[in-house]
Amino acid sequence: MSGIADTLLSGDLPRSRILTALLGVIVGVLALAPLLFDGAQAINTAAKICVFIVLAASYDLLLGYTGIVSFAHTMFFGLGAYGVGLALYGWGATWTSVAAGLALAIVAGLALALVIGLVSLRVKAIFYAMITLAVASAFAILAGQLSDFTGGEDGRSFRVPELLRPATLLFRLPLLNIDITGRTAAYYLVAGSAAGLFLSALRVVNSPFGRVLQAIRENEFRAEAIGFDVVTYRTLGNCLAAVMAVFAGALYALWLRYVGPDTTLSFGIMLDILLMVVIGGMGTLYGAIIGATLFILAQSYLQKLMGAAAKSTQGIPVLPDLLHPDRWLLWLGVLFVLSVYFFPAGIVGTLRSRAVTQEQLPKT
Amino acid sequence: MTTTATEQSTTVDDARPATPRDRLPLLLVPLLALIALPLIGSPTTWVTLTIAALAMGMMIFVISSGLTLVFGLMDVLNFGHGAFIAVGAYVAMSVLALFPGLTQASSLPLNLAGLGLATFAAMLVTGLLGFAFERIIIRPVYGQHLKQILITTGGLIVAEQMIHVLWGGDQKPMPLPAGLRGAFTFGDVNIEKFRILAVAVGLVVFATISLVLNRTKLGLLIRAGVENREMVEALGYRIRRLFTGVFVAGSALAGLGGTLWALYRETLTAAIGGEVIVLVFIVIIIGGLGSVGGCFIGSILVAMMANYTGYLAPKVALASNILLMVAILLWRPQGLYPVAKR
Repeated sequence: MSGIADTLLSGDLPRSRILTALLGVIVGVLALAPLLFDGAQAINTAAKICVFIVLAASYDLLLGYTGIVSFAHTMFFGLGAYGVGLALYGWGATWTSVAAGLALAIVAGLALALVIGLVSLRVKAIFYAMITLAVASAFAILAGQLSDFTGGEDGRSFRVPELLRPATLLFRLPLLNIDITGRTAAYYLVAGSAAGLFLSALRVVNSPFGRVLQAIRENEFRAEAIGFDVVTYRTLGNCLAAVMAVFAGALYALWLRYVGPDTTLSFGIMLDILLMVVIGGMGTLYGAIIGATLFILAQSYLQKLMGAAAKSTQGIPVLPDLLHPDRWLLWLGVLFVLSVYFFPAGIVGTLRSRAVTQEQLPKT
Repeated sequence: MTTTATEQSTTVDDARPATPRDRLPLLLVPLLALIALPLIGSPTTWVTLTIAALAMGMMIFVISSGLTLVFGLMDVLNFGHGAFIAVGAYVAMSVLALFPGLTQASSLPLNLAGLGLATFAAMLVTGLLGFAFERIIIRPVYGQHLKQILITTGGLIVAEQMIHVLWGGDQKPMPLPAGLRGAFTFGDVNIEKFRILAVAVGLVVFATISLVLNRTKLGLLIRAGVENREMVEALGYRIRRLFTGVFVAGSALAGLGGTLWALYRETLTAAIGGEVIVLVFIVIIIGGLGSVGGCFIGSILVAMMANYTGYLAPKVALASNILLMVAILLWRPQGLYPVAKR
């Protein structure tokens, strides 16, 4: 059993009992979501979590493992979503369109990542962050402006291949009396691909290539001195993360049956990803699972809690405004700042180091 | 290094470096304007656009000069700079709303007094905020770039949300004082009055910064700090205080720039910082991180590009500035005026 897990997880086990339990619960619930929940909101949340786990994991490849801050990750996410979405919109709802759109998006994403990387990865982290911010906002504005092609600010709704349509009834689960529809199939397509992509990312960071990336992150000068070409490795890492984000975007488009600037390209989503990765734990990949789940649950359900809190504090000045449901990002922002200071390793890193100290205690 | 002490004994003017001044980047501004002329066709439109670009460039310069100085001196890039822009604009709006008598009066001096008061309040608040920001947010992460980017971005999120809490999230009008509305017309050329004010303010800021940096002891210390921090400290100056001072000044300038920008747009949302900050980043990359002179030229170039393409092909306005940035980086990979050792 542990042998299989070891292979699947590329020898990078959670290494903390609490973390293992948490991950088990999250993966279990996500795997059975269509059977456990009835409502559309719960399934939507589950699918969104799957997509953002992939997206956050791909961002962690950059931020946590390569040590570069990019603000253009939503651009690649958007490329994937627009690639698949516009292909389905323009060429009809077939699997060929999906494949062609995805292929085009990957090529475009790779080219962009390569160009940005070669122009700016030679210099400092700050330079890269600024250039990606500029390029990504130009891209977002372009996507909003070229309305004949992209649908502009309104985006495009499109039909997906027949297998994935909600109206398609595949079969009926006899015991539970649950209809397995195209929506369920779409969910499992998203969840299955997400699992595959996540495991491949885990494979990459635990490969010799991943080790070199981490070496560069820790000490660029030393890595260069040992003989690794820093720019090449960084650019490759950048391209890899970009392709993974393209995949995440494609999955999101297939699930939503819609693409638009607000769901894929906005700077707000970029900040969301940053928050997920940092709060979950940079450089752990499992942090992406914890961070994305926590964040999206907060986004979907914290607002309700805050609404109730705001009502109960009415009469006190300012406090109801601070607890207004729309202000959930304020509290996550505060959590973000605090976690950069006090838990720079994020939730996963903190749990892991606690597990290590607990293991050592009985021995000494 | 050893010559520093002997050079210091001579007067500031004599100690100027003997290297010839690099004037090539200055030519870019007229070059870009001349390229645009045949493309636009009508000379009067061209003049209007160019003057509008100068005004916009000055506003961007006011905002970005602080950021680039802070980076040059402290090696800190504040991604939260946009928050100061927004806070400055909101404070100015609130103050302007407090004195309708001053802003609605038909006399220009009264209008300017009201505007001056609002600007002063904006700069005071953003300056104080900058002081707190430097102490609380940035001080613990000096020298750690990754954390700086993360922490200042977090500060941006919190600040933007706090604006929502304090002023509400809806779009607010930011009316110009009565005397600054409208335009002067010379033949077919229209020059909005507010733009003249913006150009004047920008030039005053540029002149002040240049004078302080080049002609005062404080400026000498700042420039020396940019060149070699340890040496300045070894000579007995408290560079930390200098850092804080520059950060506060940079934040106050962002407040001033935010006020101008909001008046120029005449509307105000909490996202105003994010809109400008992209242009600001392009400007300081073009100018060379840390260089005020480069920042000045970069601002004008970016504003001209934005205005010309905004007229010729509005859909690709921002993308054209990215192309401008790439072109300049291909020519000078460190920006127009690279600052030593960066």
